[in-house]
Amino acid sequence: MSETTVQAPAALSQGEASVARRRAPRVNRSAIVMGLYLLFLMLPIYWLLNMSLKTNTEIVSSFSLWPQNLTFQNYVKIFTDESWYIGYINSLIYVVMNTAISLAVALPAAYAFSRYSFMGDKHLFFWLLTNRMAPPAVFALPFFQLYSSVGLFDTHIAVALAHCLFNVPLAVWILEGFMRGVPKEIDETAYLDGYSFGKFFVKIFMPLISSGIGVAAFFCFMFSWVELLLSRTLTTVDAKPIAAIMTRTQGAAGIDWGVLAAAGVLTIVPGALVIYFVRNYIAKGFALGRV
Amino acid sequence: MNKTVNQKAWFLVLPVLVLVAFSAVIPLMTVVNYSVQDTFGGQFFPLDDKLLWFREMLQDDRMWGALWRQLTFSGIILAIEIPLGIYIALNMPKSGFWASFCLVVMSLPLLIPWNVVGTIWQIFGRVDIGLLGYTLNKLGIDYNYTQDVFAAWVTVIVMDVWHWTSLVALLAYAGLQSIPNAYYQAAKIDQASRWAVFRYIELPKMAGVLMIAILLRFMDSFMIYTEPFVVTGGGPGSATTFLSIDLVKMALGQFDLGPAAAFSIMYFLVILLISWVFYTVMTNLDKRDGV
Repeated sequence: MSETTVQAPAALSQGEASVARRRAPRVNRSAIVMGLYLLFLMLPIYWLLNMSLKTNTEIVSSFSLWPQNLTFQNYVKIFTDESWYIGYINSLIYVVMNTAISLAVALPAAYAFSRYSFMGDKHLFFWLLTNRMAPPAVFALPFFQLYSSVGLFDTHIAVALAHCLFNVPLAVWILEGFMRGVPKEIDETAYLDGYSFGKFFVKIFMPLISSGIGVAAFFCFMFSWVELLLSRTLTTVDAKPIAAIMTRTQGAAGIDWGVLAAAGVLTIVPGALVIYFVRNYIAKGFALGRV
Repeated sequence: MNKTVNQKAWFLVLPVLVLVAFSAVIPLMTVVNYSVQDTFGGQFFPLDDKLLWFREMLQDDRMWGALWRQLTFSGIILAIEIPLGIYIALNMPKSGFWASFCLVVMSLPLLIPWNVVGTIWQIFGRVDIGLLGYTLNKLGIDYNYTQDVFAAWVTVIVMDVWHWTSLVALLAYAGLQSIPNAYYQAAKIDQASRWAVFRYIELPKMAGVLMIAILLRFMDSFMIYTEPFVVTGGGPGSATTFLSIDLVKMALGQFDLGPAAAFSIMYFLVILLISWVFYTVMTNLDKRDGV
């Protein structure tokens, strides 16, 4: 509404102007609502950041809204101790692997679902989605045994494959939504022009749905990055994710709050970076291409 | 879009099938296998009464208790997050710098690993070092989530609202963005009230994405494990022991594989049933939109 008034200020009739004036307080109310909501979102994160910049003695002995003796010691500890920072590397390795695998298998499948009807397609699609609904708790133990028996236990690829359980169905679902938006005439024209399926798919089709691919990659990254139950069950030493290493801070001498908080803050950073890069696609992306 | 009948499309779906079969069907069959056997010292014995574990679990108060807590939890968080998410979406800036800013900040909680979400709230709610617990106690409100059942529930619910309302808001926002300006102009000419605009323009346009939101939130809240486990450990007592927490305790803690497997299968079936209802409604909505 405010947009229309901006676009056509000359045509602003008296009625419209009064509506605009009446609406003016509403804009402020929106700002207040959003302000409160964002504050609610940021407060716990701020508190974590606050704690990560304090020494343990300060955390336990006094209560302050900001660090009195600013220290970066907690971060230094994480960046210098290999058993700490290796966790971030492990997590990133399996997350990237998972994203690559999920997209590679989901792309052709999503194309098939969006373009062709074939025997059992609807049942197959729902069956795929049911895997997104499967509670990881149900699969934790069988996964452990399956990957142990094929010799993949405690490797990055094991976690990457396990996360495909929920990421592949999601990727198919998202990509199918985006592909439906591409007119079929494009495919037909390309085939008439003598493109082979593979060449058409890579050269013409994939650029057309690049935002969809980005969104699907974002979601795969997100769900693989935040998951803990499966990644913890499938690893012990070599591929242990940062989230599992964090539980180490509960030692005999109590909890090392400062380092725990610093590790927590650092797990937020990759997510924040990814969000920053895809910020213009987020809104459409969250609707899985269905708007 | 009219789809061509083409059975060769199966080849495009094949990679997904193989991968998901490996990471879903094999583990699921293992679970089914356990559910009809008895374990003793790592050896498996077929049960004479194949359905013994199922009957036992159905008569187990512990499972019913966890199921009711789970349904209550999912019900409460859906009842809070869906309306709140819509409300937030309606108040978000439509474009410009502040829109991007809101999108980025709101997405932040979604990309924090789940156990870090738990850690954040565990710290935030502590009465000695947490902002929330400390403030509430200073205000004279008796709040201690490790001892008081009510406080534990409130903490877990507020945490989930903090964590996931943004997802609903972003989906609703994407739905709102797709409404052409002409609709609002028509409503203005008709002098429609704010409520009428919401009820007859915005809500129907958001229906599709809201179904996705409800489906995702239902599935994920029904499988919730890490966050409440980190914060309350299922306690005090078993007040916040949801289905997944109970299941992991049974399968990996006590190694009662048979009953745990029977539990898993029934758990999965409940999710499947409810999700199928959602999915059917959703595809019908899709079809209606397509016409």
